[in-house]
Amino acid sequence: MTSRRALKDRILIGLTFVCVVIAIVPLATILYYVTVRGLPAISLEFFTKVTPPPSVAEGMGNAVQGTLLLVGLATCIGIPFGVLSGVYISEYGKNLFGRTVRFFGDVLVGNPSIVFGLLVAIVIVSPTHGYSVVAGSVALGTLMIPIVTVATAEALKMVPNSIREASTALGVRKWRTSLLVVSNAKSGVATGALLATARIMGETAPLLLTAGSSTLWYNGLWRPVASLPSYIYLFGISPFPDWITLAWGAAFILIVIVMGINITVRMLTRRRSDAGG
Amino acid sequence: MPVGSRDSGDGSGFAALNELGPGASPGAGIEIKRLCAFYGRKQALYDIDLRIPPNQVTAMIGPSGCGKSTLIRCINRMHEMIPDASVSGQILLHGVDVYGGSMDATDVRRRIGMVFQKPNPFPNMSISDNVVAGLKLNGVRDKGRLHQRAKECLEKVYLWDEVKDELKRSGASLSGGQQQRLCIARALAIEPEVILMDEPCSALDPTATAKIEELIAELKTQYTVVIVTHNMQQASRVADHTAFMYLGKLIEYGETAMIFERPREELTERYITGKFG
Repeated sequence: MTSRRALKDRILIGLTFVCVVIAIVPLATILYYVTVRGLPAISLEFFTKVTPPPSVAEGMGNAVQGTLLLVGLATCIGIPFGVLSGVYISEYGKNLFGRTVRFFGDVLVGNPSIVFGLLVAIVIVSPTHGYSVVAGSVALGTLMIPIVTVATAEALKMVPNSIREASTALGVRKWRTSLLVVSNAKSGVATGALLATARIMGETAPLLLTAGSSTLWYNGLWRPVASLPSYIYLFGISPFPDWITLAWGAAFILIVIVMGINITVRMLTRRRSDAGG
Repeated sequence: MPVGSRDSGDGSGFAALNELGPGASPGAGIEIKRLCAFYGRKQALYDIDLRIPPNQVTAMIGPSGCGKSTLIRCINRMHEMIPDASVSGQILLHGVDVYGGSMDATDVRRRIGMVFQKPNPFPNMSISDNVVAGLKLNGVRDKGRLHQRAKECLEKVYLWDEVKDELKRSGASLSGGQQQRLCIARALAIEPEVILMDEPCSALDPTATAKIEELIAELKTQYTVVIVTHNMQQASRVADHTAFMYLGKLIEYGETAMIFERPREELTERYITGKFG
């Protein structure tokens, strides 16, 4: 009997190992190809020059600039609204309204991102007659809100109730107690915000409908702007080898940035579990 | 603007309360009249009438679920933190109803401190910050005064000599018994008139328990103490008066010696002799 159990055990471990390999193969392939084909496109010019006409290999500094600008502005929308909504759901939302907000938060997290792009296209792009930085940032920002909301609410739920009780029993006002709860969950909240930032960094569909694209440096909040994901899309399907190389370069840079954010998150969460003891 | 009131961040009169200085606030008596408490539709307390004398220790005993914790959580209005919880009746502190319009819940909790079953120091605060957490969270900023108050309160709970060289360490790094004394010091720091203790020793070893019991005996010179306990020996050791509760009703209340030696009710006798409970 024991040997049959041991055999079963080994088969199962073997199966999980095979599954891991199957899962890793495409991932490793992507990383390998993006690095091999993207790395040669990276040079100082990549960041300092604007998009070239076909056959003059230069840079896409404007796309790097555009992505940082769009994501930066989007976090200014997504993080404050998301964190405050999360605090509301966790600390004040023990009622029908709170539960409803939470439910729709979960639904919106799973919503296809292009829907956010369509919404902004109708609300901002169409009335202002054109793609713009503002529209792109709003699209990414609204996409970010539910992700940050749900992550914040989950992080705050991990804070033991004894902390809320201890603070309340000291005659501390509710808003101040909530702030104390947030400070006890700050690495969890920061992790959620960073992961949401990484997530929107690579979003392409909503940007195509809102920020458009441009071959110039940023030239105004109400003007279209270039971004790495839109360049990967537009250049990747172009017939020009130089542009295709640049698209690989853009993919490489994007992956490096997202990986950097994920490593930061890892470090944050590791510190937390050390401190938590 | 008078200098003394500058500390009060929210203008709630909290600073004025503290201007009384240590020891200046005598313990207050509490009068409970026809108190009923509910969790949703479920009634937990039935028409409790009880006079808790000032500057004495009053113990609440009774089997689990008899409502003794609910009763003391009604006194400082912690009961209402639970969704759908409600009360009827009156609880008079110095003759003023804590559920009346003249006091809001935070005022009540500043005058009636609480110590919980499980020591619950704020894990992200140092030892000294834990002691004065109630003051800091209510907007007191004067560093010198905070340090002075932290020292006074740690001395009162005989923790000063044990921690004076490591005041910056996390409050969570102390032993269980030390943590509970830290929590008592934290409750004392806001200068309450009454201290409620909800089974303060149930998570502690006998030595730590003995220290807390000694402390309770001293606290009554300055405060009114109400303690909930499972441990009848503890009630007989520390309490001047004892109330026996059963199924949400106050069965018997009187001097501790009377309750333990010559109870009037048969139910009380059966409980204290260990025949049920």
